[in-house]
Amino acid sequence: MPAPALLQAERLAKTYATPALVDVSVDLRAGEVHALVGENGAGKSTLARILAGLTTPDAGRMLLAGDPYAPSGKAEAGRQGVAIVLQELNLVESLTVAEQVLFGAWPSRLGFVDRRALREQAQAALDRVGLAGIDPERPVRSLGVGQRQMLAVAAALARPCRALILDEPTAALSEHEAERLFAEIERLKAEGAAILYVSHRLEEIRRLADRVTVLRDGRVVATRQRGEATSAEIVQLMVGRDAGSQPRDARPAPSGEPVLRVHGLRRGRVLRDVSFGLWRGEILGLAGLMGSGRTETLRALFGADRVEGGEIELRGRRLPRLFRSPPQAVAHGIALVTENRKDEGLLLPLSIRANLTLARLKDLCRRGFVRPEAERVAARALASRLGVKCASLEQPVGQLSGGNQQKVVLGRWLGRDFDVLLCDEPTRGVDVAARAEIHEHLRELAGAGKAVLVASSEIEELRALCDRIVVLSGGSVAATFARDRFDRDAILLAALRHHAGGRGAA
Amino acid sequence: MSEAWRDYLGLGVALGALVLAFGALTDHFLSRATFAVIASQVPAAILVAVGLTFVLILAGIDLSVGSVLGLAGAVLGAALGPLGLSLPMGLAAALLAGLLCGAMNGALSVYVRLPSFIVTLGMMEIARGAAYIVSRSQTAYLGARVEWIAETTALGLSPATLVALAAAALGQLVLSRTLFGRYVVAIGTNEEAVRLSGIDPRPIKWIVFAASGLLAGLAAVVHTARLASADPNAGSGLELQAIAAVVIGGTSLMGGRGSVVRSLLGVVIIAVLGTGLAQMGAAEPVKRLITGCVIVAAVVIDRYRNQGQGREGQ
Repeated sequence: MPAPALLQAERLAKTYATPALVDVSVDLRAGEVHALVGENGAGKSTLARILAGLTTPDAGRMLLAGDPYAPSGKAEAGRQGVAIVLQELNLVESLTVAEQVLFGAWPSRLGFVDRRALREQAQAALDRVGLAGIDPERPVRSLGVGQRQMLAVAAALARPCRALILDEPTAALSEHEAERLFAEIERLKAEGAAILYVSHRLEEIRRLADRVTVLRDGRVVATRQRGEATSAEIVQLMVGRDAGSQPRDARPAPSGEPVLRVHGLRRGRVLRDVSFGLWRGEILGLAGLMGSGRTETLRALFGADRVEGGEIELRGRRLPRLFRSPPQAVAHGIALVTENRKDEGLLLPLSIRANLTLARLKDLCRRGFVRPEAERVAARALASRLGVKCASLEQPVGQLSGGNQQKVVLGRWLGRDFDVLLCDEPTRGVDVAARAEIHEHLRELAGAGKAVLVASSEIEELRALCDRIVVLSGGSVAATFARDRFDRDAILLAALRHHAGGRGAA
Repeated sequence: MSEAWRDYLGLGVALGALVLAFGALTDHFLSRATFAVIASQVPAAILVAVGLTFVLILAGIDLSVGSVLGLAGAVLGAALGPLGLSLPMGLAAALLAGLLCGAMNGALSVYVRLPSFIVTLGMMEIARGAAYIVSRSQTAYLGARVEWIAETTALGLSPATLVALAAAALGQLVLSRTLFGRYVVAIGTNEEAVRLSGIDPRPIKWIVFAASGLLAGLAAVVHTARLASADPNAGSGLELQAIAAVVIGGTSLMGGRGSVVRSLLGVVIIAVLGTGLAQMGAAEPVKRLITGCVIVAAVVIDRYRNQGQGREGQ
């Protein structure tokens, strides 16, 4: 028998430029994880924000434990026991971890912050989410992305909550960190909290959710009990068509000269000894936990960060040293799709056209002047090749959904000639349909003889996409797997090698 | 494109309203003499504002332009006076002085990676000090040798005005049509993204700072010509006026957005405001007070308008 609804939303509607939510009703029950899925732009975040008091609906009403509930803001919702962890983390980098965890509710005595109580309460909250090892006096800015995400969860849980809303909580987490989060969700559920879990990742939903609600174009298209629908059905409900990501056919093992060979990359404690080869026509995965050196390896190869040691051979020629700047790497035929498209990838207020042509604008010029028609043609060709969905190419790229933004970041390089494409988390925060399209583009590039190196925190993504997987652990290569030997447990085990106290030698 | 035209229209309407208001409030404002005064005042400010527009679009700042103008003017005075150089040599020396100051600003802020606010604040003092040393703190009267530059010709335009307009036109062309201009906007929007796209932002930024210095040197020639003398105090406070004009023109202090033509309109608005208030008998303190209010109001209007446009819907 289902538990009574703790938080009910009835016939919510919200319209921005276009309708974001139309007549949406959902309910969260105590002791239940309710998953909310849908493509980017389906209205998931809008619904989550309304429930948490961050947005007011145009129509409809909400009930909390049977009483009318219309919070004026996040703080008010928090007082009533509804907490949210947002997809875009709102952390204040200059605060200490303890100050951030209890932000807005610092314990005080006579108007002065009670530092000891602050520290103790924060430590308790950190312990719960597995951040016990982090000094509460550290500045927030010194934390990595995954740690920040867990910090945001700790902050949401620092006060007693009846309902917790998690918007894409695992987007920045390693598998290991995600496990901690899942354990915490299970614990909260057992304590009787109602949890709304917004995610793209069907695997997580299958594992956690008691019920799943699918949103499409701002409407609820279905709500299913656990076990009532397969992942494939849910994907179909989300996109309105079949958009499964086909696994790659097995390829013969690479032979001959690699296009890029990396020897002994070293940088402080993050990169200890990274060596591997990358062949034309293959997609090589780079797996590993947060802090294993995935991003650092890519950035080092691209010349974005300096390294202390290491050598590369490019197209059979040994280079005297690694690239010292991205422009140098690009000139040698290497391209990078960055991990964080908003901070490092896109020029958000500028047009889709300007973003697509940035890396090859030089070729679209005559005597220093940009040829407008040539630029438009080039941008249009790239946008249609990638299937960027937009009203106009002159629209600011910041208005696009995550998946379309990511296509633009990738598209920037397709206009150029390159041999090696480095991709860091190419589908983070991207909906399933766009993810399948991006994977398809990467396969096409490999098929055309490019070498593609993909770093991802999702082993499933790498298994579906790659020909080989190199596993990093603690800054060195722990193991390499060929396509026919992809095994989730073996890969995870290799990724954990360093943490298990091993030597990390493959 | 339509958006750009709306911005021009807004500034044009503001300027027209200002002219009509002063015309109604005073007896003499709508006269040839008034416009001649304004026309003689603006060229130096326009030249400086062209350079500053690029610097601001890069999300940088150049506080040294007024002092660099003073130094370049002093160099011109010294070259034509005590050193007895020819006019072309004198002009070249003044421009070179401006260029060197700008290049130094650029080198320190780009290659040594110091904030441009600090670097140009330092240069503001350095150049002013150097101006006093070069001129021995004396105003040098140059007379007819340079006066012709600021005198109006048959068309009602002086060589100085023509140079300023040409610089503005060239600046706008570079900004909106060339690879260089596109890179400047891109760098001001997100420098890291530009670098990771394989474009080295440093030489571009360096050139922009150097150009700002060169334009301040050119402004010094124009300014010196108007007064027929080189004054080491010339241009003090000009940096703030020029930044105000650029900001009134809608260029963002956060970088990534701006227009040279609109900066030019901003310069004219400030000049009209100053002249009009003077004709109404407003004392200097009142003029400054009102000008300050107008600058803040312009930024507030700009802020609200851009929020309206830039909002992201989900």
